[in-house]
Amino acid sequence: MSDNALPATQTPETAPFSRTPRLLRAVVPALPFLWLLIFFLTPFAIVFRMSLSQPATAQPPYTPVIDWAQGLAGLWAALGELNIDNFLLLADDYLYVASAFSSLRMAAVSTLLLLLIGFPMAYAMAKAPENRRPVLLVLVILPFWTSFLIRVYAWIGILKPEGLLNTVLISLGLIDQPLQIVNTDIAIFIGVVYCYLPFMVLPLYATLEKMDWTLIEAAQDLGCPPWRAFWRITVPLALPGIAAGALLCFIPIVGEYVIPELLGGPDSLMIGKTLSDEFFKNRDWPLASAVAVVLLIIVVGPVMVYRELETRRLEKAR
Amino acid sequence: MTEARTEARTEARKRDSLAIGAVRRDFAPWLDPHAKPLIRFDQVTKRFGDFVAVDNLTLHIYEREFFCLLGPSGCGKTTLMRMLAGFEEPTQGKIVLGDQVVSGIPPHRRPVNMMFQSYALFPHMNVEKNIAFGLVQDGLPKQEIADRVAEILRLVQLTPFARRKPDQLSGGQRQRVALARALVKRPKVLLLDEPLGALDKKLREETQFELMDLQVNLGMTFLVVTHDQEEAMTMADRIAVMDRGTIRQIAPPGQVYEQPASRYVAEFIGDVNIIEGRIAASDAGRLRIARTDGEGELAIEAPPGVATQTGQEIAVALRPEKLVLHREPPAGAQNLLSGEIWDIGYLGDWTIYLVKLASGQIVRVSRANASRFVEQPLTWDDKVHITFAPEAGVLLTQ
Ligand SMILES: Nc1ncnc2c1ncn2[C@@H]1O[C@H](COP(=O)(O)OP(=O)(O)OP(=O)(O)O)[C@@H](O)[C@H]1O
Ligand SMILES: [Mg+2]
Repeated sequence: MSDNALPATQTPETAPFSRTPRLLRAVVPALPFLWLLIFFLTPFAIVFRMSLSQPATAQPPYTPVIDWAQGLAGLWAALGELNIDNFLLLADDYLYVASAFSSLRMAAVSTLLLLLIGFPMAYAMAKAPENRRPVLLVLVILPFWTSFLIRVYAWIGILKPEGLLNTVLISLGLIDQPLQIVNTDIAIFIGVVYCYLPFMVLPLYATLEKMDWTLIEAAQDLGCPPWRAFWRITVPLALPGIAAGALLCFIPIVGEYVIPELLGGPDSLMIGKTLSDEFFKNRDWPLASAVAVVLLIIVVGPVMVYRELETRRLEKAR
Repeated sequence: MTEARTEARTEARKRDSLAIGAVRRDFAPWLDPHAKPLIRFDQVTKRFGDFVAVDNLTLHIYEREFFCLLGPSGCGKTTLMRMLAGFEEPTQGKIVLGDQVVSGIPPHRRPVNMMFQSYALFPHMNVEKNIAFGLVQDGLPKQEIADRVAEILRLVQLTPFARRKPDQLSGGQRQRVALARALVKRPKVLLLDEPLGALDKKLREETQFELMDLQVNLGMTFLVVTHDQEEAMTMADRIAVMDRGTIRQIAPPGQVYEQPASRYVAEFIGDVNIIEGRIAASDAGRLRIARTDGEGELAIEAPPGVATQTGQEIAVALRPEKLVLHREPPAGAQNLLSGEIWDIGYLGDWTIYLVKLASGQIVRVSRANASRFVEQPLTWDDKVHITFAPEAGVLLTQ
């Protein structure tokens, strides 16, 4: 059969089988947006609206409530009553500002600690013989097999005054008074680093594993001692993994609630804890919502910066 | 431009010859029993588990020598270089560089630079930074680094690409960056692992001559791996032909080609016809060989210094360009092989004729196309006769 004997409808664009992919091609990219719209943007809009309301002893515990019976007029009436008092209150009250800063500090220090511990681990894994790497990978993920809460409780058992650590240290004669670790920031750091380590190690391992080690050899061959080669070659090439791991840890740690609640002291200030207190103890939903909005902004900031840097890097590479 | 360069090269050679008191073609320190080698592999063995990559190998390379390693894939060429550069330690034996046994010296302290077969360019640095890397490590002044990088960029014709990252370059350009990065440090010993494989023919030839110039001008010692035997022939002072971790022959290019020590070397370097036989008689430096296929006898010259005895099974190596084709058997030919043309390959400058002998063996004959038109050209199935001079055949006992 010659070429022009083919019916015109059999060209690739109009062939029957290409229809489905085309439809899919349109729908598939829309799916994440749909997901975000339903499960993120809508709830966020509700929370944001609530943050502009006033607390009330009622059900629901805030005003204004949109009176849908009056139709659009009710919506306009409610919108007119919204204001930014809650945000002004947050900015004004030392407690909220301090808890935001303390959360950021906590997250920054923890992320640094995670990097310092996670990098050597990921490096050792990437350098391990190929047949041993899957086992090491499983070992890193293994803690996820038990509940997060149980693992944090276990740390209380280890760190409390009459706990495992103090008993061992005392019986070794290294100390004679139990160390007060539980209910301090140190306990929070221990818990956070322990819980988030896999999130740091995995992205680092993923980049280091792809690393071409002959580059290190080339650097050494050109007169670069191993330690300097590490800083000049390995670290720059691992930067995407470092950034991914740092974000993956930093963002949730800023809003971390469970670990400071269980391991930290009554006066440990974390924005997640403040939020929960406002919501459940004070039943001040609007203020709690305002805290949530601020938390989101704090957390989205670094992601934006990272995205910006990444695009700039890619553009420069082009 | 090429002429200018040729002139410069000749000048450089002259200067060099004045400096060392001999013209380059007399450069043969390996013949001098008092010459001290710069690089010595002494009975070096390298094992990876059970696998022997380098097998009890001894090799001496002299200062200012351009030394080529030639051998099939996996014969241990890269391993040999990596041991010299310090990335692998020999399992047995020792490697001496200058006066120093190098085992235990880390790679960054060895006065040796290597161009990697995989190039190993730093992906996060542009071409300029890649090339400058080694000079920065030496702590040279900024201006000198800039000057030397610019100079070497010009040499490898990459000046317009100085600001590009490696992944924005073609394969050949990357290879030239790798070459420049190793060259720019002007080390005592330069190891090049397939430095020109990805370049096109013209650029490769130019770069070959550039390398030879540089090597002479800077007084460096080159150890070069190549798969391309023409390249080895062009550049090398000596060639080592390797086979599964051992060296089969070390000799200057002409000698490797014209006096291969074994059938392996003869077949590896260039095209060759091997005719098997047995020594029937020997008199006054001439050997009479009875062909195994029973088609008659050959007369070849006995090689000096090779012990032969009557009745010994041997092989005769014949290079295609040393064979002469005739339509009619010439009278009084000492060596005559008869057959018919089985295939013809026209290469422009040469034509290759594949001649099928009565025994079924295919003999390759090449003929220079000296004139543009030939009356009655040879064609398929023509009966032909091949003759060659007694000194054209090389006797191989291994
Ligand atoms: N690290 C290693 N572990 C195990 N075997 C190795 C290792 N390095 C090299 N080999 C083996 O040693 C042999 C020689 O390798 P080498 O890289 O020296 O070959 P080569 O002559 O450079 O080959 P090519 O021309 O293909 O580059 C090969 O069979 C290779 O598989
Ligand atoms: Mg190799």
